[in-house]
Amino acid sequence: MSTVTSGGRHERGRVASALLHGGLLVATAISIFPVVWLVLTSLKPRDGWLSTELQIFNEPSLGNYARVLTETEFPTWLLNSVLAAALTTALGVFVAATTGYAISRFRFPGHRGVMWLLLVTQMFPVAILIVPLYNLMAGLGLLNQIPGLVIAYLTVAVPFCAWMMKSYFDTIPREIDQAGLVDGLTPFGTFWRLVLPLARPSLAVTAFYCFMTAWGEVAYATVFMSQEEKRTLGVGLQQFVGQHWSDWGLLTASAVLIAVPAAVVFLLAQRHLVTGLTSGAAKM
Amino acid sequence: MVISTGRAAGTTRDGAAGNRGHRAGRRSLRQPGPLRRAWGRHWYAWAMTAPVLVVVGVLIGWPLLRGLYLSLTDATEANVGRTIGVNVIPATYEFVGLANYADILTSSLFWERLSWTVLWTVACVSLHYGIGLGLAMMLHRKLRFRSAYRVLLILPWAIPAFVAAFIWRYLFNTDYGVLNAMLEAAGFGSVGWLDDPTTAKLAVIAVNVWAGVPFMMVALLGGLQSIPADLYEAAEMDGATAWQRFRHVTVPGLRSVSSTVVLLGTIWTFNMFPMIFLITGGGPGNSTEILVTYAFREAFTGVRDYSGSAAWGAIILALLVVLATVYRRALRRQGEVW
Repeated sequence: MSTVTSGGRHERGRVASALLHGGLLVATAISIFPVVWLVLTSLKPRDGWLSTELQIFNEPSLGNYARVLTETEFPTWLLNSVLAAALTTALGVFVAATTGYAISRFRFPGHRGVMWLLLVTQMFPVAILIVPLYNLMAGLGLLNQIPGLVIAYLTVAVPFCAWMMKSYFDTIPREIDQAGLVDGLTPFGTFWRLVLPLARPSLAVTAFYCFMTAWGEVAYATVFMSQEEKRTLGVGLQQFVGQHWSDWGLLTASAVLIAVPAAVVFLLAQRHLVTGLTSGAAKM
Repeated sequence: MVISTGRAAGTTRDGAAGNRGHRAGRRSLRQPGPLRRAWGRHWYAWAMTAPVLVVVGVLIGWPLLRGLYLSLTDATEANVGRTIGVNVIPATYEFVGLANYADILTSSLFWERLSWTVLWTVACVSLHYGIGLGLAMMLHRKLRFRSAYRVLLILPWAIPAFVAAFIWRYLFNTDYGVLNAMLEAAGFGSVGWLDDPTTAKLAVIAVNVWAGVPFMMVALLGGLQSIPADLYEAAEMDGATAWQRFRHVTVPGLRSVSSTVVLLGTIWTFNMFPMIFLITGGGPGNSTEILVTYAFREAFTGVRDYSGSAAWGAIILALLVVLATVYRRALRRQGEVW
C-alpha cells in the first residue's frame, strides 16, 4: 500500500502516506462540501430548505429548477450575462493578445509607460472609478446597455490578461518571428499566423479569465444595469434573498445553473490553465 | 522590417538599453525628420497597443481624473446637475479643497475601517499562502489519485465569486444553515454567525480563504515543478534534513512566484468587493465593511455622496500605490528584479 515512489527519492513510510492522504482528503472535503450541499439543497422540494434537520436526501425533486426557469426572470438575466461574458471574452482576448505581443516583441517609445500602466490599473479600486464611469456612461447613453457593461469589464480584465500574454510570448523564441519576417510576412502576419497558434495555452487562460471576470462581476452590474430586464445574474440573484423575503430554493437552483457551466469549462481548461498561468504569472 | 530584431536576450526590463541598441544599429538609411522616422519604425507597435491605450485611457484615465476632481468638491446626488427631459439642471457643487480628505482622515470611522481592512487582508493572504503552499507541496509528491485531488481542490476557483458568496450565506444561515444543524447535532447551541461582529468577521475570512486558496495552490505548484529535481538530490546527498531542503532549496526556488502572487493577492483581497457586499452587506452594523465596500455604500445608497466616495477611493488608491512601491523596493533590495 505504501505508495510506490518509482524513481522517487525514497519510499514513503505507511504513516507518512496515511498522513498525506488524510490531509488531502480533509482539504478536498472542505473544498467540495459547499458545492455538494448546494446541489443537494437545490434538489429538495419547494420548502425543503426550511427544514432544520440534517437530511442528506429527502424526496428529490426538480421543482426549484422548474420554478426558476418559468416563474422568474432568470432566463433573461442568463441571456444578459452570457452576452456580456461572451463579448468581453472575444474582445478581451484579441486586445490583450495584440498588446501583449507588442510589449513582448517591440521596443518602442512609450514601452515602459505601457507596462507600468498595465500594472498600476490593477490597483484601482472600483470605488474611485465607479461614479465618474457611471456619469460617463450616462453621458454616452450606455447605461442599461450591454456594450457599456462590456467596456467596463474590459478595463478590469485586459490589463492583467495583456500582462499574462506578454509573459507567455516572452517564452516563445523570437527566431520564429524572424523566420516569418524573412519569409515575407508582415509583423502582424507573423503574430497572427505564427505566434498566436503557438500561444494557445495562454489564450485559453486569457479567455477563461475574461469570461470569469464578466460572469462573476457584481459592483458595476448593480449600478449600471438598473432596469429589471437588463440585469445580469449577479444582480438578479440578490432579489431571491432580500431583506424581507427570501427563497433559498430558488437561489440554490439558479446558483447550480450558473456554476455548472462555469465549472465544466473550467475543468476542461484547467490543464491549460495551470501551464499557461504558471508560465505567465510566474514571470510577472 | 527591422522592428522586432535586436532585443537584448531575454530581458524584459531594459527597454532603454534595447532602444539605444536600435538607434545605434540603424544609421544607414536616409535621414527624414525624427518624428517621421519614429513613426515609420514604431507604427506597428503603436497600432497594436492602441486599443488598450484607448480603452484604458478613456475608461480609467478620464474617470480617475474626474474622480480626483470630484473628491475635491462637495458633489452629492442633489447638486451634480442632470437633464430631465428638456430641462437641464445645472450643477451647483463647489470646490472645497481638501475638506473631504480632512473629514475622512480625522473620523474614527476611517481608522476603524482601515484597521479591519488591514487585518482582513493580512489574515486572508497569509492563510491563502500558507494553505496553498501546504497543499501544493502535498500535491507535488508522487501519490495515487493526484489528478483527482487536484481537480477537486481547484473547484472553488471555478465557482463565480457571487455564487460562492450566496452558497456560504446559506451555510451560515442561523435557522436553516447546515453549520448550525451540525452544531446542534453535536449537542452545541446554534450560533448566529452573521449577527455578531466577531463571528461575522471570522465567517467572511473563512469564505474568502476557501475561494482564494486554489489560485495560490496552482501558482505555487507551478513554481515547485520548475525547481530542478537535481537540487533536491544534491541537497540530500550532502545530508540536508527535510527542513533544510525546504529552507534552502524550496523557499529560494519559489521566491519569484511568491513575490508576484503575494502582491497580486494582497491587492485583490484589499479590493475584494463581492464577498463582503453579498455575504454580510457590511453588517452587522458596519463591522465587516472594508474600505471598498464602504466607499461604494457612500456613493450609491441614500443621498449619493459622490465627493465623499471619490475621496475614499483616492485614499484607497494611495494606500495601494504606497504598498506596491514599498514592496517593490524591498524585493529589489534582496536582488530581485520585478
